[in-house]
Amino acid sequence: MLHLVNKSPFERTNLQACLNRAVPGSAILLMEDAVYASLRGTSQSDLVAGAVNAYDFFVLAPDLAIRGLDASQVLQGVEPVDYGGFVDLTIDRQTVQSWL
Amino acid sequence: MTHPDDTPAEIVVKRFLYVNRKAPHGTVYALEELEMVLIAAMFEQDVHLAFLDDGVFQIKKNQKPAELALKDFSKTYGALEDYGVEKIYVEKESIEERGLTPDDFIIPTTVLRRDDMSALMESMDVVLTA
Repeated sequence: MLHLVNKSPFERTNLQACLNRAVPGSAILLMEDAVYASLRGTSQSDLVAGAVNAYDFFVLAPDLAIRGLDASQVLQGVEPVDYGGFVDLTIDRQTVQSWL
Repeated sequence: MTHPDDTPAEIVVKRFLYVNRKAPHGTVYALEELEMVLIAAMFEQDVHLAFLDDGVFQIKKNQKPAELALKDFSKTYGALEDYGVEKIYVEKESIEERGLTPDDFIIPTTVLRRDDMSALMESMDVVLTA
Protein backbone atom coordinates (compact mmCIF):
# COMPACT_ATOMS: atom_id res chain seq x y z
CA MET A 1 0.00 0.00 0.00
CA LEU A 2 1.11 3.55 -0.78
CA HIS A 3 -0.26 6.08 1.70
CA LEU A 4 -0.53 9.72 0.63
CA VAL A 5 -0.49 12.41 3.29
CA ASN A 6 -0.96 16.04 2.27
CA LYS A 7 -1.69 18.05 5.43
CA SER A 8 0.74 19.85 7.73
CA PRO A 9 1.32 18.00 11.02
CA PHE A 10 1.28 21.39 12.77
CA GLU A 11 -2.35 21.95 11.85
CA ARG A 12 -3.92 18.55 11.24
CA THR A 13 -3.66 14.97 12.51
CA ASN A 14 -3.76 13.21 9.13
CA LEU A 15 -0.21 11.87 9.41
CA GLN A 16 -0.87 10.48 12.88
CA ALA A 17 -4.09 8.89 11.62
CA CYS A 18 -2.13 7.26 8.80
CA LEU A 19 0.63 6.02 11.12
CA ASN A 20 -2.00 4.55 13.44
CA ARG A 21 -3.26 2.24 10.69
CA ALA A 22 -0.50 1.75 8.11
CA VAL A 23 0.92 -1.76 8.13
CA PRO A 24 4.71 -1.89 8.65
CA GLY A 25 6.53 -1.99 5.33
CA SER A 26 4.02 0.34 3.69
CA ALA A 27 5.19 3.36 1.71
CA ILE A 28 4.19 6.81 2.93
CA LEU A 29 4.57 9.80 0.61
CA LEU A 30 4.55 13.24 2.23
CA MET A 31 3.24 15.78 -0.28
CA GLU A 32 1.76 19.29 -0.41
CA ASP A 33 1.69 20.72 3.14
CA ALA A 34 2.71 17.36 4.62
CA VAL A 35 6.27 18.00 3.41
CA TYR A 36 6.67 20.02 6.63
CA ALA A 37 6.49 16.69 8.48
CA SER A 38 9.69 15.56 6.74
CA LEU A 39 11.86 18.34 8.19
CA ARG A 40 14.58 17.96 10.82
CA GLY A 41 14.51 20.12 13.93
CA THR A 42 10.80 20.84 14.29
CA SER A 43 8.40 20.08 17.13
CA GLN A 44 6.76 17.50 14.83
CA SER A 45 9.94 15.79 13.55
CA ASP A 46 9.54 12.87 15.94
CA LEU A 47 6.37 11.72 14.15
CA VAL A 48 8.37 10.67 11.11
CA ALA A 49 11.73 10.10 12.85
CA GLY A 50 10.08 7.59 15.16
CA ALA A 51 8.59 5.67 12.27
CA VAL A 52 11.33 5.56 9.62
CA ASN A 53 12.29 2.01 10.59
CA ALA A 54 8.74 0.74 10.18
CA TYR A 55 7.86 2.42 6.87
CA ASP A 56 9.39 3.54 3.59
CA PHE A 57 9.05 7.33 3.74
CA PHE A 58 9.16 9.55 0.69
CA VAL A 59 8.74 13.29 0.24
CA LEU A 60 7.68 14.97 -2.99
CA ALA A 61 10.65 17.16 -3.91
CA PRO A 62 8.73 19.68 -6.06
CA ASP A 63 6.48 20.36 -3.06
CA LEU A 64 9.58 21.02 -0.94
CA ALA A 65 11.02 23.35 -3.58
CA ILE A 66 7.96 25.57 -3.91
CA ARG A 67 8.04 26.07 -0.13
CA GLY A 68 11.69 27.17 -0.13
CA LEU A 69 12.88 23.84 1.23
CA ASP A 70 15.24 21.22 -0.12
CA ALA A 71 16.40 17.65 0.48
CA SER A 72 19.24 18.75 2.79
CA GLN A 73 16.67 19.72 5.44
CA VAL A 74 14.85 16.41 5.37
CA LEU A 75 15.04 13.76 8.09
CA GLN A 76 17.31 10.77 7.60
CA GLY A 77 15.33 7.87 6.17
CA VAL A 78 13.02 10.05 4.08
CA GLU A 79 13.72 9.75 0.36
CA PRO A 80 12.91 12.68 -1.93
CA VAL A 81 11.13 11.71 -5.15
CA ASP A 82 10.08 13.69 -8.22
CA TYR A 83 6.76 13.25 -10.06
CA GLY A 84 8.17 10.28 -11.98
CA GLY A 85 9.11 8.65 -8.69
CA PHE A 86 5.58 9.29 -7.44
CA VAL A 87 4.18 7.48 -10.46
CA ASP A 88 6.59 4.58 -9.93
CA LEU A 89 5.42 4.26 -6.32
CA THR A 90 1.77 4.07 -7.33
CA ILE A 91 2.65 1.22 -9.70
CA ASP A 92 4.98 -0.66 -7.35
CA ARG A 93 2.64 -0.48 -4.35
CA GLN A 94 -0.56 -1.13 -6.32
CA THR A 95 -3.10 0.15 -3.79
CA VAL A 96 -3.13 3.83 -2.88
CA GLN A 97 -4.81 5.35 0.16
CA SER A 98 -5.10 9.10 0.45
CA TRP A 99 -5.48 10.43 4.02
CA LEU A 100 -7.49 13.56 3.20
CA MET B 1 -11.82 -2.12 -23.90
CA THR B 2 -13.29 -3.28 -27.22
CA HIS B 3 -14.62 -6.74 -27.87
CA PRO B 4 -14.48 -7.98 -31.47
CA ASP B 5 -17.87 -9.69 -31.31
CA ASP B 6 -19.54 -6.78 -29.49
CA THR B 7 -20.59 -8.95 -26.56
CA PRO B 8 -20.82 -7.03 -23.30
CA ALA B 9 -17.69 -7.16 -21.18
CA GLU B 10 -17.86 -9.24 -18.02
CA ILE B 11 -18.28 -7.03 -14.99
CA VAL B 12 -15.03 -6.96 -13.06
CA VAL B 13 -15.86 -7.01 -9.36
CA LYS B 14 -13.30 -5.34 -7.16
CA ARG B 15 -13.09 -4.99 -3.42
CA PHE B 16 -13.79 -1.34 -2.63
CA LEU B 17 -13.29 0.17 0.80
CA TYR B 18 -14.74 3.59 1.53
CA VAL B 19 -13.04 5.03 4.59
CA ASN B 20 -14.98 7.76 6.37
CA ARG B 21 -12.84 9.92 8.65
CA LYS B 22 -14.70 13.22 8.85
CA ALA B 23 -17.62 14.43 10.93
CA PRO B 24 -20.81 14.77 8.89
CA HIS B 25 -21.96 18.41 8.64
CA GLY B 26 -18.94 20.70 8.94
CA THR B 27 -17.74 19.81 5.45
CA VAL B 28 -19.26 18.11 2.43
CA TYR B 29 -16.85 15.15 2.46
CA ALA B 30 -19.16 12.72 4.25
CA LEU B 31 -22.09 13.32 1.90
CA GLU B 32 -19.86 13.08 -1.18
CA GLU B 33 -18.32 9.83 0.04
CA LEU B 34 -21.79 8.39 0.58
CA GLU B 35 -22.73 9.31 -3.00
CA MET B 36 -19.65 7.42 -4.21
CA VAL B 37 -20.66 4.38 -2.16
CA LEU B 38 -24.08 4.30 -3.82
CA ILE B 39 -22.51 4.57 -7.28
CA ALA B 40 -20.11 1.69 -6.61
CA ALA B 41 -23.01 -0.39 -5.29
CA MET B 42 -25.01 0.25 -8.46
CA PHE B 43 -22.07 -1.08 -10.46
CA GLU B 44 -22.30 -4.29 -8.41
CA GLN B 45 -18.92 -3.88 -6.78
CA ASP B 46 -17.90 -5.55 -3.51
CA VAL B 47 -18.41 -2.49 -1.34
CA HIS B 48 -17.14 -2.10 2.20
CA LEU B 49 -17.53 0.93 4.48
CA ALA B 50 -15.29 1.82 7.37
CA PHE B 51 -15.87 4.56 9.91
CA LEU B 52 -12.91 5.79 11.90
CA ASP B 53 -11.70 8.96 13.61
CA ASP B 54 -14.44 11.65 13.42
CA GLY B 55 -16.13 9.61 10.68
CA VAL B 56 -17.90 7.61 13.39
CA PHE B 57 -20.07 10.68 14.05
CA GLN B 58 -21.62 10.25 10.60
CA ILE B 59 -23.74 7.33 11.79
CA LYS B 60 -24.74 8.79 15.17
CA LYS B 61 -28.45 8.44 15.92
CA ASN B 62 -30.81 11.42 16.27
CA GLN B 63 -29.03 13.87 13.98
CA LYS B 64 -31.21 16.89 13.18
CA PRO B 65 -29.36 18.78 10.44
CA ALA B 66 -32.67 20.04 9.01
CA GLU B 67 -32.77 22.50 11.89
CA LEU B 68 -29.90 24.28 10.13
CA ALA B 69 -31.45 23.71 6.70
CA LEU B 70 -28.88 21.00 5.98
CA LYS B 71 -29.63 17.73 4.24
CA ASP B 72 -30.25 14.83 6.62
CA PHE B 73 -28.26 12.19 4.75
CA SER B 74 -27.87 10.10 7.89
CA LYS B 75 -31.11 8.41 6.78
CA THR B 76 -29.36 7.23 3.64
CA TYR B 77 -27.01 4.99 5.63
CA GLY B 78 -30.09 3.05 6.67
CA ALA B 79 -30.90 2.44 3.01
CA LEU B 80 -27.50 0.98 2.18
CA GLU B 81 -28.77 -2.50 2.91
CA ASP B 82 -31.24 -2.10 0.03
CA TYR B 83 -28.27 -1.46 -2.25
CA GLY B 84 -26.59 -4.64 -1.06
CA VAL B 85 -24.08 -2.75 1.08
CA GLU B 86 -23.90 -4.65 4.34
CA LYS B 87 -20.16 -4.79 5.11
CA ILE B 88 -19.96 -1.88 7.51
CA TYR B 89 -17.15 -1.55 10.02
CA VAL B 90 -16.31 0.87 12.82
CA GLU B 91 -12.98 1.14 14.59
CA LYS B 92 -13.14 0.29 18.29
CA GLU B 93 -10.50 2.83 19.33
CA SER B 94 -12.23 5.65 17.44
CA ILE B 95 -15.63 5.08 19.04
CA GLU B 96 -14.16 4.67 22.53
CA GLU B 97 -12.16 7.89 22.19
CA ARG B 98 -15.44 9.68 21.44
CA GLY B 99 -17.53 8.10 24.18
CA LEU B 100 -19.70 6.15 21.73
CA THR B 101 -20.88 2.54 21.60
CA PRO B 102 -22.44 0.58 18.72
CA ASP B 103 -25.85 1.31 20.28
CA ASP B 104 -25.36 4.96 19.32
CA PHE B 105 -25.36 4.11 15.62
CA ILE B 106 -28.29 4.17 13.20
CA ILE B 107 -27.09 1.04 11.40
CA PRO B 108 -25.70 -2.33 12.48
CA THR B 109 -21.91 -2.29 12.41
CA THR B 110 -19.04 -4.68 12.93
CA VAL B 111 -16.55 -3.34 15.47
CA LEU B 112 -12.91 -3.89 14.54
CA ARG B 113 -9.80 -3.28 16.58
CA ARG B 114 -7.28 -0.96 14.92
CA ASP B 115 -5.04 -3.86 13.84
CA ASP B 116 -7.95 -5.60 12.18
CA MET B 117 -8.93 -2.35 10.46
CA SER B 118 -5.39 -2.18 9.04
CA ALA B 119 -5.72 -5.74 7.76
CA LEU B 120 -9.08 -4.91 6.17
CA MET B 121 -7.51 -1.97 4.35
CA GLU B 122 -4.67 -4.15 3.09
CA SER B 123 -7.12 -6.70 1.67
CA MET B 124 -8.76 -4.18 -0.71
CA ASP B 125 -8.28 -3.47 -4.41
CA VAL B 126 -9.37 0.15 -4.05
CA VAL B 127 -9.40 2.39 -0.97
CA LEU B 128 -11.16 5.75 -1.09
CA THR B 129 -10.79 7.89 2.01
CA ALA B 130 -12.58 11.11 2.87
